[in-house]
Amino acid sequence: MAQFICRDVSLGYDGKVIAEHISFEINSGDYLCIVGENGSGKSTLVRAMLKLHEPMSGEITTGDGVLPTDIGYLPQQTEVQRDFPASVREIVLSGFTGHLGAKPFYSREQKVAAMRAMERLGIDSLARHCYRELSGGQQQRVLLARALCATKKILLLDEPAAGLDPKVTGEMYSLIENLNREDGITIIMVSHDIAAAIRYATHILHIGHKRNFFGTKEEYIKSEDGRAFISLSGEDVIRT
Amino acid sequence: MSEVFEKLALYFEYPFVRNALIVGVLISLCSSLLGVTLVLKRFSFIGDGLSHVAFGALAIATVLNVSNDMIVIMPVTILCAILLLKSSSNAKIKGDAALAMLSVGALAVGYLLLNVFSTSLNISGDICTTLFGSTSILTLSRSDVWISIVMSAAVIIIFLLFYNKIFAVTFDETFAAAVGIRAGAYNMLIAIVTAVIIVLAMNLVGSLLISALVIFPSLSAMRVYKSFRAVVICSAVLSVLCSAIGIIISILASTPVGSTIVIADIVTFGIFSAVGALTGRRRGA
Repeated sequence: MAQFICRDVSLGYDGKVIAEHISFEINSGDYLCIVGENGSGKSTLVRAMLKLHEPMSGEITTGDGVLPTDIGYLPQQTEVQRDFPASVREIVLSGFTGHLGAKPFYSREQKVAAMRAMERLGIDSLARHCYRELSGGQQQRVLLARALCATKKILLLDEPAAGLDPKVTGEMYSLIENLNREDGITIIMVSHDIAAAIRYATHILHIGHKRNFFGTKEEYIKSEDGRAFISLSGEDVIRT
Repeated sequence: MSEVFEKLALYFEYPFVRNALIVGVLISLCSSLLGVTLVLKRFSFIGDGLSHVAFGALAIATVLNVSNDMIVIMPVTILCAILLLKSSSNAKIKGDAALAMLSVGALAVGYLLLNVFSTSLNISGDICTTLFGSTSILTLSRSDVWISIVMSAAVIIIFLLFYNKIFAVTFDETFAAAVGIRAGAYNMLIAIVTAVIIVLAMNLVGSLLISALVIFPSLSAMRVYKSFRAVVICSAVLSVLCSAIGIIISILASTPVGSTIVIADIVTFGIFSAVGALTGRRRGA
């Protein structure tokens, strides 16, 4: 059974449709990249998948033992966070807030698990450092560690490489690839970076103004939408 | 020096001085706890706007001749806090403009009401006291003191119980909402608690100076400390110290209480900024 199912979903604000007829399914261990032009509704789809935005029609459901709150979310950085006085450990631990329920404080197990997540992403030595003093790549790892605390099943990453230099971007992508291959975590990634999408993803969802595409990476490369979008983004994409 | 202590000892024999110190310390503790969140969420101005609303409500209470003006001020201010929060997300008038409208509107209406209907002989003196809190902290009634103690205790308990959730919502509202925290409800809680603190703090520093209690200690702490917990603790300690020092100096030197406290806060901010700049540079080198 699929972990995540989108059936003929239409998205929009104030009665105005941004994207429609979005349908896809994600199974455990998949690596889905969501691509499309700016304003095509990628971010709105993300919000809808997180239950933060109500679709205009269609339905988004979870299955295979996954609850809507089992999705570890890596949002784009906000202005507030850039100069936020918080230690890395505090931020990573906050990934568990969803599991707190009525309890006011984190348990010992959760603190240990947070430490593991930091070790997994190679930021355990930064635990006591201040978030605002870290580099962009380190900050993304912190937020990824927080997402890992929230779930071990699905990670939903919104432009994880935004604002990172090419070397750090590569490191970020291989980190995500490891989480997918070694830890078996399902990855859903929104990206502008079509080259990376084709290199790492198993499935592609292309949200277009006229129509959408959903299928495996191989199908996408052969498809009309895929060829058009890839050629827009540069010729060398397929070779890489 | 010993004269100063003798003078202080003499003053502390008066219950109203002790009351002033207790209430002052409690209020500054509460306002600094919430201040960190308000500053980080870019809500500093809500505190300022609400304090003007509280002034307007006080004017209404005075005109209506209500025995305990808290009964009017508290609900009105809480209601405005909720309205402001609701409107900031989706409204025709943007959040900051709505806030500015509400705050100057309340100020004008409040002054007009007091001026037209007040039976007092010294209207401008009364208004000055309300705005700058010059003496009201020293004229607290027994029930005022108890209300302040109970409310402060409630604020502190709420803050401690929801500390981790408040942190999550402050740092990243979207993430918190995605993992199932009701971010809207916590924003509401923060707004209501802010309103309560502002009404309490009106006695201490007057309605025009309340924002200082909310923002200065947390901004000072943020200059030096690097974790949320350290910032919260430091800001609480700073706020309590500045208020205590301010109250004591104002008694000794017969200066207005509110302004003296705020000046103590400003001086601390200067010191902490300097320390932050120095340590920051050393680390950078």
